[in-house]
Amino acid sequence: MSAEGQESSVAAVDAATTADVDRARGDGRTALLSVRDLRLRFGGVKAVDGLTFDAYPGEIISVIGPNGAGKTSAFNCITGFYRPTSGDILFDGESIIRKLPSSIVKLGLGRTFQNVRMFREMTVVDNVKTAMHARISQNVFDAILHTPRYRRVERQCVEDARGWLDFVGYSLDEDLLASQLPYGEQRRVEIARALASQPKMLLLDEPAAGLNHSEKQDLIALIRRIRDLGIGVVLIEHDMGLVMNISERVIVLNFGREIADGTPDEVRRNPQVIEAYLGADEGEES
Amino acid sequence: MTTRAPETRSVRGLTYRIEPPAPTRVRPAPARGLREPRRFMSLVGGLLLLLALALPFINASPYIISIGTSAFIYIMLAMGLNIVVGYAGLLDLGYYAFFAVGAYTSGVLATNDMPLVFTIPFVIVACIGAGLIIGGPTLRLRSDYLAIVTLGFGEIIRLTANNLELTGGPSGISGIPTFAFFGWSFRDGLDLFGIHFNGKILLYYTAVLAGGAFAVLAVSRLGRGRLGRAWRAIKDDEDAAEAMGINTYLAKLAAYVMGAIFGGLAGILMAAHQTAISPTSFVFLNSALLLMAVVLGGMGSTPGVIIGALVISLAPELLRDFSSWRYLIFGVLLVLMMLFRPQGLWPSTAVLPFLRFRARGRSPREGFTDHGEPSENVDRSEELA
Repeated sequence: MSAEGQESSVAAVDAATTADVDRARGDGRTALLSVRDLRLRFGGVKAVDGLTFDAYPGEIISVIGPNGAGKTSAFNCITGFYRPTSGDILFDGESIIRKLPSSIVKLGLGRTFQNVRMFREMTVVDNVKTAMHARISQNVFDAILHTPRYRRVERQCVEDARGWLDFVGYSLDEDLLASQLPYGEQRRVEIARALASQPKMLLLDEPAAGLNHSEKQDLIALIRRIRDLGIGVVLIEHDMGLVMNISERVIVLNFGREIADGTPDEVRRNPQVIEAYLGADEGEES
Repeated sequence: MTTRAPETRSVRGLTYRIEPPAPTRVRPAPARGLREPRRFMSLVGGLLLLLALALPFINASPYIISIGTSAFIYIMLAMGLNIVVGYAGLLDLGYYAFFAVGAYTSGVLATNDMPLVFTIPFVIVACIGAGLIIGGPTLRLRSDYLAIVTLGFGEIIRLTANNLELTGGPSGISGIPTFAFFGWSFRDGLDLFGIHFNGKILLYYTAVLAGGAFAVLAVSRLGRGRLGRAWRAIKDDEDAAEAMGINTYLAKLAAYVMGAIFGGLAGILMAAHQTAISPTSFVFLNSALLLMAVVLGGMGSTPGVIIGALVISLAPELLRDFSSWRYLIFGVLLVLMMLFRPQGLWPSTAVLPFLRFRARGRSPREGFTDHGEPSENVDRSEELA
């Protein structure tokens, strides 16, 4: 198993696996995110070619695939940064295919980026507060006159931001500039920031990239804590150990096409997947 | 392992879909007294304001006072431009257009028998209109295109003023009346504490000082609020800002319009102070100088922009003997700045070394040199492991 050599957090999860698999099947609930036959073409290149999947609240899904399989392109379509060529995306029963990224975030679909993208000249706590933008009632006059409402809302924002920073395990000074943080901490703050936008579902684009072993263990625990808040998590990841460890369901892409969708064990045994992706080093990466 | 369906909850100005966890870590107490950066800077600002108010009592010669007046108009303008360039990071080469819109709107209305004070709302509306007209179609562009379009816009406004009959053509508008309240006007002067203040000079100085102080306070407070965070986020990374639920187009438009309003208000003061305006007051060189004030001082930094505005408004006086060399000196200064201190004289992230955020321990950011230099976002996992 991929779990070999990993610490305590893993054992607790194995016990929960059966329940997780049940949840992964949806229990007959309606999907929170529903991608239907999504296609994205750049000129002659089919970046995403008929992707279809459902994601449910409180579920951890991984989207994997070799480099250039269209994972990030699909993410960018779902979050509104690219406009897909055809297909439909429903979030909470509403089509989000023609919406602005900011409107999609407001509906409750948060995301992080493949390369950490912090607001580098802002402090850590301001970075997190920025994500509360759409949920704050404060106008220009509140800000200029420092009305009681302004003071109260700003104080509450700082409190909430600190809550999220503690939740992700950030332990450095919150008045540091984002550009002063080490890489691993920037990753944490980026997730705190995405959580502060109050998502129902969070899309994490390669959250483990560039993290060391202990940071990865923290990340696994963090993703589970996010799931336990009732937030659906969809992650793109290259780290097979991490994927097989925490995912309740794995979707495998190759050449923009979905080639498998199932529990980690099912996917691991799928001959198409082995051929396209896992090859010889089947899940031994961790 | 609960999977409760998240619902929206509104409480005291904030909307929640998921309950934010309470902070668990004990945080060090914030700094007390004057070592707290914001408190200290407010105190310094207040002291400088008092000093500026006291200037007429120290030296009331018309020369000094008129330099002071133009300095505060520059500060007001630079604070407005700071919203656009410093906070939102939109390169605006035609900011003087809004100054012109303000000055002309107020000048035309005031010479047609409208009291000057009542022109203020019209100027605000005109500037919002101008901001929306120019910003609406162009803010979808990325910054270099935006710079070209705003440059063109600045020239269009000036040439329009040059050719319209309403604006007096090349000779402009003259005889703009002064501020008047209930039969008393600035021209009458004011007797206070037994001293007679000559209206034309000193009252304008106070009016412009009030305008400048308002601009400094309002713009720096705007920069710390919800919209200010959105602007700074857009400047740092527009896509990430969009992913935070910020409609970046609307936020940029708001920056443009807010900047335009401050430019227009400064225009009223300028028109009233000089009593005459003409298209030659609004040439591109002025926009460029103002942009230089913001960049030189430090984009997005209130103390920096004030310093920058003072430099460009006082330098012509200090360099009077080299007046033909002035722009060369400015140019060389700007090149040197960009080479050795691209973040400006007083970067927006700088904190004076003796100030503290916390009651105990080291300050996370100190001095003017430790940070602000963009370091590459390198993957340091290898060396950390």
